[in-house]
Amino acid sequence: MNIYIQGTGCVSPQATATEGPFPAAVIPWQGARLKNWDPDYKQWIDVKLIRRMGRVIKMGVASAKLSLQEAGIEKPEAIITGTAYGCLDDTGVFLTKMINQQEELLTPTAFIQSTHNTVAGQIALMLGCHGYNNTFVHKGFSFENALLDSIMILREGRTGSILAGAMDELTDHSFKILSRFDLYKKEPVTQDSLLRSNTHGTVAGEGAASFVLGTEKGAHTKAKLSGLTTLYRPAGKAEIMADIEAFLAAHSCNREEISLIITGRNGDVAGDEWYEHVENNLLPEIPVACFKHLCGEYPTASAFAMWMACRILAEQAVPASAMFKGNVKGKQQKILIYNHHKQTHHSLILLSAC
Amino acid sequence: MGSGAWIAGGGVICGIGNNVAECLEAFRRMESGMAQMQHLRSVHRSTFPVAEVKADNKTLAAMAGMPEYISRTALLSRIAAQEAWNSTGLGDISQYRVGFVSANTVGGMDKTEDFFADYLENESNGHLRQVVHHECGAVTELVADAMGIRHHISTISTACSSAANALMYGSRLINNNMVDVVIAGGTDALTRFTLNGFNTLMILDQAACRPFDDTRTGLNLGEGAGYVVLISEALAAELPATHPAWCRLSGYANANDAYHQTASSPDGIGNFLAMQGALEMSGLTPADIDYINLHGTGTQNNDIAEGTAIARLFAPAFPPLSSTKSFTGHTLGASGGIEAVFSAMAVKEGIIYPNANFSKQIKELPFSPVVKFSTGNQLQHVMSNSFGFGGNCSSLVFSKI
Repeated sequence: MNIYIQGTGCVSPQATATEGPFPAAVIPWQGARLKNWDPDYKQWIDVKLIRRMGRVIKMGVASAKLSLQEAGIEKPEAIITGTAYGCLDDTGVFLTKMINQQEELLTPTAFIQSTHNTVAGQIALMLGCHGYNNTFVHKGFSFENALLDSIMILREGRTGSILAGAMDELTDHSFKILSRFDLYKKEPVTQDSLLRSNTHGTVAGEGAASFVLGTEKGAHTKAKLSGLTTLYRPAGKAEIMADIEAFLAAHSCNREEISLIITGRNGDVAGDEWYEHVENNLLPEIPVACFKHLCGEYPTASAFAMWMACRILAEQAVPASAMFKGNVKGKQQKILIYNHHKQTHHSLILLSAC
Repeated sequence: MGSGAWIAGGGVICGIGNNVAECLEAFRRMESGMAQMQHLRSVHRSTFPVAEVKADNKTLAAMAGMPEYISRTALLSRIAAQEAWNSTGLGDISQYRVGFVSANTVGGMDKTEDFFADYLENESNGHLRQVVHHECGAVTELVADAMGIRHHISTISTACSSAANALMYGSRLINNNMVDVVIAGGTDALTRFTLNGFNTLMILDQAACRPFDDTRTGLNLGEGAGYVVLISEALAAELPATHPAWCRLSGYANANDAYHQTASSPDGIGNFLAMQGALEMSGLTPADIDYINLHGTGTQNNDIAEGTAIARLFAPAFPPLSSTKSFTGHTLGASGGIEAVFSAMAVKEGIIYPNANFSKQIKELPFSPVVKFSTGNQLQHVMSNSFGFGGNCSSLVFSKI
């Protein structure tokens, strides 16, 4: 059974929250933190609701609505989300008040919105969707687990359309605390210098991307989701190489058929070695695009990569701002996404043109 | 028909016992786990009873074989997951492709809330080791790494129904031949964050909770972890005669109430759809169900929604039903796992669990819960309900082999 991507939506530090082609211009940034480019949420959400909603909820709901719009459907049969951090803003608000007010005189709104399933629940509520609803919260696998759950359910043949998405927000608190773990660049970097900075650390990002998945190819279909796999704590580069080879073989994909690899390079010299190794030794000659100089690093960033790959396949154009190595030529047939989060959570996603 | 997954064993730690045998003994003796908090530090200590696991972190760390400074959520998880594995006849874990699907709602919040107090005073204060395992997924990985599991690891968080969804996802992983075995369930430790959060919703009872009782006024929070070991039918056939499979996971379904972020709809539409879907997958009718382990938190709203949905689906004949949360408290992300183990054990041993503190039938409902422990009943099919915030509703059906 084939799984198709019928619609996509993305809210990110770039001007992605619209239908149509990949944004031509990169929104510049500097420093170690990329902030979301906020669209006008009134397009999708009631003004009264917007005021109470945490940022990640708005981002998630907007990406979901965009993807449904693009797919031309009003209500999916199931909703599955992935988020590593959940609703950090509301969590921080409740935690701060709880501590500062010595557990007295607290109000419920932030607590209610702090649970990890808030976004999936809100989407169900707004759409009146009584179908299957699940939320995965496993670090750098949160999005991949949501996709896998969707694939397994679609293969059972009783569900026609699933909204699958991933979202993570960065807050002032989380950026400060994550910075203390020495994850981010100390020296100034920009979108142009990050990927070749050759030093320790990366830049923090955030975003939400949603996809409408189904089993029937239609007028709205953007791409085919040909394969997905995850690898936890590979022993070394040899293991990921073997895993990629097995993955391509399992999906009957010859290396020559791959038009483009999208790797999760984030400028961290140690982490990027994995990509460099695979690019040079397993898939030489194949052009490479990157995305974390556009959205920053966060545990569900692979959802941004999948959104970008869908755009490339649907538009048959690779944005110059995303190219890292080599030159694309001919039709974009198959795109392999290889991402890892902190060298621990590795994932592969294979997409094909329709 | 059916999910295709079998239950090879289970493990539980909660407010009424540190393992399954101790929990069953507590039910038999009608001893519930609510008491004044001994381990959680909160200004509400004397106000709200809780069902704590009766051990400090040092003791739990020794039981788990893990460092004392890590989150209590992980310590509880390891203890129950290891018991679950040891209860099976599967032997050496490294022989199998193993998945660990562990649900939780708080992650390492018990440590984060200590860290955050220092951090708020000065942003360079607070020990990083207290916040490094904040994420829900970090708790799962601590346990997976300690047990040598890496074929598939995942964490689910859908509030109070989290662990039931872990069983569904685990079952699908087995059906898709991605792994041979999945340890599936959930864990949650008590934290000030959750206690205060539930307090703002004004749904905590200051006395022992009274699920499915007309006088109910709220829930008691609990903590713990519960896991089943899911295997394929083929692997079940290879189990040694000394450790046969407990039962089958014959059906499951997940539906959304789509009514309110925290409250249940008056007619319990999500609950109804979840139970109906689980029956459909198992190929059963309501009359086939011999016992229901209720979600039964003890709040006005939850119990009437669940009860109304049961009345609609099961009328005119109602199977014995009870809420074990009247003993364990509401263990949130762990509850679906703990109650899955109790339900699987119910099928295996013919146990019907009592509902503590019941005195007066809910006037809107045509049934009341069972109040006495009994064993040796002929139970072919047992249903377990888990309903939560975000409208997330899940039902599981366990059946005799």
